Amino acid sequence: MFQNLARLFRYRTLIQSLVARELKARYRGSVLGFFWSFVNPLLLLLIYSFVFTVVLPSRVAPDLQPYALFMFCGILPWTWFSSSLLESSNVLIAGGNLIKKVLFPAEVLPIVTVVANMVHFFLGLPILAAFLLYYRHAPISLAEIAWFPVVILVQLLLTLGLALVVSALTVHFRDIKDLLSNLLTFWFFATPIIYPMSLMTEYPLSYRLLNLNPFTHLAVSYQEILFYPGPFGHWRWLLALGAASMALFLAGYFVFDRLRDSFAEEV
Amino acid sequence: MNAIEAAHVTKVYRRYARRRQFATLKSALLSGTLLRDIKPDDVFSAVKDVSFAVPAGTTYGIIGRNGSGKSTVLKLVAGITKPTSGEVRVAGRISALIELGAGFHPEISGRENVFINAVMLGLTKREIAKRFDEIVEFAEMEDFIDAPVKTYSSGMYMRLGFAVAIHVDPDVLLVDEVLAVGDEGFTHKCLDKFAEFRRRGKTILLVTHALSLVERFCDEALWLDAGEVRGGGDPRRVVSAYIADVTKSEERELAAGDRKAQAIVAQQAAEAPPPALAPEPVEPPAEPPGAAEPPADMSKAVEGRWGTREVEIVAVELVGEDKQAGHIFQSGERVAVRMTVRAAEPVTDFVFGVGIFNAEGVCVYGTNTAIEEYLPERLEGECQVGFCIDGLDLVAGTYKLDVAVHQSQGATYDYHRSLYTFRVKSAVADMGVYRPRHRWEFSPHIVIARRRHE
Repeated sequence: MFQNLARLFRYRTLIQSLVARELKARYRGSVLGFFWSFVNPLLLLLIYSFVFTVVLPSRVAPDLQPYALFMFCGILPWTWFSSSLLESSNVLIAGGNLIKKVLFPAEVLPIVTVVANMVHFFLGLPILAAFLLYYRHAPISLAEIAWFPVVILVQLLLTLGLALVVSALTVHFRDIKDLLSNLLTFWFFATPIIYPMSLMTEYPLSYRLLNLNPFTHLAVSYQEILFYPGPFGHWRWLLALGAASMALFLAGYFVFDRLRDSFAEEV
Repeated sequence: MNAIEAAHVTKVYRRYARRRQFATLKSALLSGTLLRDIKPDDVFSAVKDVSFAVPAGTTYGIIGRNGSGKSTVLKLVAGITKPTSGEVRVAGRISALIELGAGFHPEISGRENVFINAVMLGLTKREIAKRFDEIVEFAEMEDFIDAPVKTYSSGMYMRLGFAVAIHVDPDVLLVDEVLAVGDEGFTHKCLDKFAEFRRRGKTILLVTHALSLVERFCDEALWLDAGEVRGGGDPRRVVSAYIADVTKSEERELAAGDRKAQAIVAQQAAEAPPPALAPEPVEPPAEPPGAAEPPADMSKAVEGRWGTREVEIVAVELVGEDKQAGHIFQSGERVAVRMTVRAAEPVTDFVFGVGIFNAEGVCVYGTNTAIEEYLPERLEGECQVGFCIDGLDLVAGTYKLDVAVHQSQGATYDYHRSLYTFRVKSAVADMGVYRPRHRWEFSPHIVIARRRHE
C-alpha cells in the first residue's frame, strides 16, 4: 500500500493534466467558458443575498449580518466537498474504459475529481474576497490568513479519503450513488452552514452531535477566519480533525487498494 | 533473457447468480450478507494454468478461437488484471494496444488528448513534446489535430490512438487485434512499424485471428483453447494444427446443423397427415406437375421434405477423397453424394435428382437422371445411388444440397430441400460460384516469378 501511495507522487503530471482537461472540458462549448467558474458562485451569492435581505429579511442575530456572506463562507467549501463526493461515486464506472483496457492507476480518477472541484473552489474565492471587501467586513488578521491554507489542506485530506472509499465501494454497490445524494442533503443541514454553531449551544445534545460531524469544524473554521472578527479560536478542533482526516485518507486509500484488483472485472 | 514470463497462470472470473446481480447495498446491509455476497456463486476460469515465456526481442503470437482466453492473457501480461494464481513477469516498459484511444475525452482537441494519453501511457512532458509531431504525422492527422475528438471519424480516432501508443517506445508491445485500423495504406504503415520494432530488438506479443500474420511475423506462437494451452512453438506448425482443429469443429457444427434441420422436418412430417393418404405433394402444394428439375421458386432457401414416400431417401452422405463422410471439402476434391433409398413396393418410374445451392440461394448446379436420359426400369427394396463429382470445382463457401426421387412426370416420392450442408475450402480467394479448371499462359516476354505457394 505505501509503495502505491509513493507511486502517487509520480502520477502528479498525469493528475495535473487530467485536472486541466476536466476543467477545460467542463465549459467547452459554452459562451462564457471559464468564467462560469466565477459566475456560478457569484450568482449563488446574489441569490442568497436577495433571499435573505429582500424576501426574508433576516431576524438572525446582528453578528451574522450580512447573512448571505455568512452562508457563503460555508457553502463555497461545502460545494467543493459535496460535488467531489457525488462525482467520485461515478468516476470509476464512467472511466471504466481506462480501467479495463489500459494500465491505469485507478486512484487517479477520484483524486482528479476532488482536485478539479478544489480548483473551482479556488475560483470562487476571489468572489468571496470581493464581497468581504465590499461589505468592509471585519478585518482579517495575518494570523487568521495563515490558518486558511491549513483548513483547506484538512478539507482536501478529508474529501480525498471519503472520495476514495465512495468511488471504490460504488463499483460493487451501485446504489451508493443515490444513497449519497440524499445523505449529502441531510449532511448539509446537519452542518452549521446556514445557521451558526452558536445557535446550538442551547441544545447540548445537538451541539455534541454536531461536533461529531467533521464538516462542522471545517465550516466553523472558515466562518471564524473569514466572517467573524477576532482571532481564530477553533484551531484545536481543526488540528484534531486534521489528524483524523489523515487517518481517514490512509484508511480510504487502504480500502481502495484492497478493492483495486476487482475494478477491472466489476466496472 | 525472457521479456515476458508467465508461470502457471490461472485467471478465475467470478460469476454471480441472479440473486447477486440484483442484490444491493441495502439488502446486503439489511440481511447482513455483505461479506457473503461478495463471494461468488460460481467461478469461471478464463485462463487455466497457462505457462509461456517470450524471449526478449522476439515476436510471439497467440491464436485461438473467440473466448479462448487470448485477450485475458494479454490483460494479465499488461497488468490490467491480476492472475488468480501463478505469476506473470514482464521486463521493461509495456505499451498495450488493446483499446485504441481509451481515455480520449470527446470534448477537447486531438492535440490535448494526445498529450494526456501519452502521459497516461507513461511519457514525460519532454518526451511528448519531442515526439508530438511524429505522432501526428504517423496518424495522418495534421489537419484535424486541433479539432475536438468528438468530431473525428472512428478511423481517425483509432489512428490517433494507435499512433500515440506506438510512439511510447515500449520495450514490450502488446497488440490485440488492432491491425484493422484505417485503410490499406495505414495497415501497411502499422506493419512497417512492427517490423521496425522487431529490428530494434523489441518484444511484441500479438493476439490475432489473422493467421497469415502469425505465420509471417511471429517467431513463436501459442494456441489457446478454452483457457488452456493446446500447442506452442513454431508458428507454422501451431497454425496448421489450429486450422485442422477449427475444421474439425466446423465439421461437427455443420453435422449438428443438418441433424437439427432434419429433425425439424421429421417432426413436421409426423404432425402432417400420413403421406400414404396424401398422394399430392404435401409441401409446397403449388409445385407444378411435370417439373423434372427444381422449379424457379426453389431458390428460396427453405428447408423441407415432401413427397409420397413410395420411394424414400433414408440417408444421404457426402463422401470425400478420404472415403469418409463429411461436410468440409477442398475445392477440386473428388466428392460423392451417396443416397440410400428404399422402396416398399417395386416401382418402375423413378428419377433421381441432385441440386447444389450456394449461400445466396443461387442454384449452382442441378441435374437428374431423366435429363441425363437414364431410363428407369425397376427399383425395389433398399438400394444405393451415388452422384459422383470428379472435381468439386466450386469456390470457397457454404453450400446446400437438395436430393430428390420422383416420377418422370413430376409426382414426388421424396424431396429433401436444403437438408444437407457442406462447406468448400480453398487456398485461393477467387470469386464467383464455379471454378473452371484452368491455368494461365504467358508469352516469354512476360516474366513471372514462381508462384508463392510453390
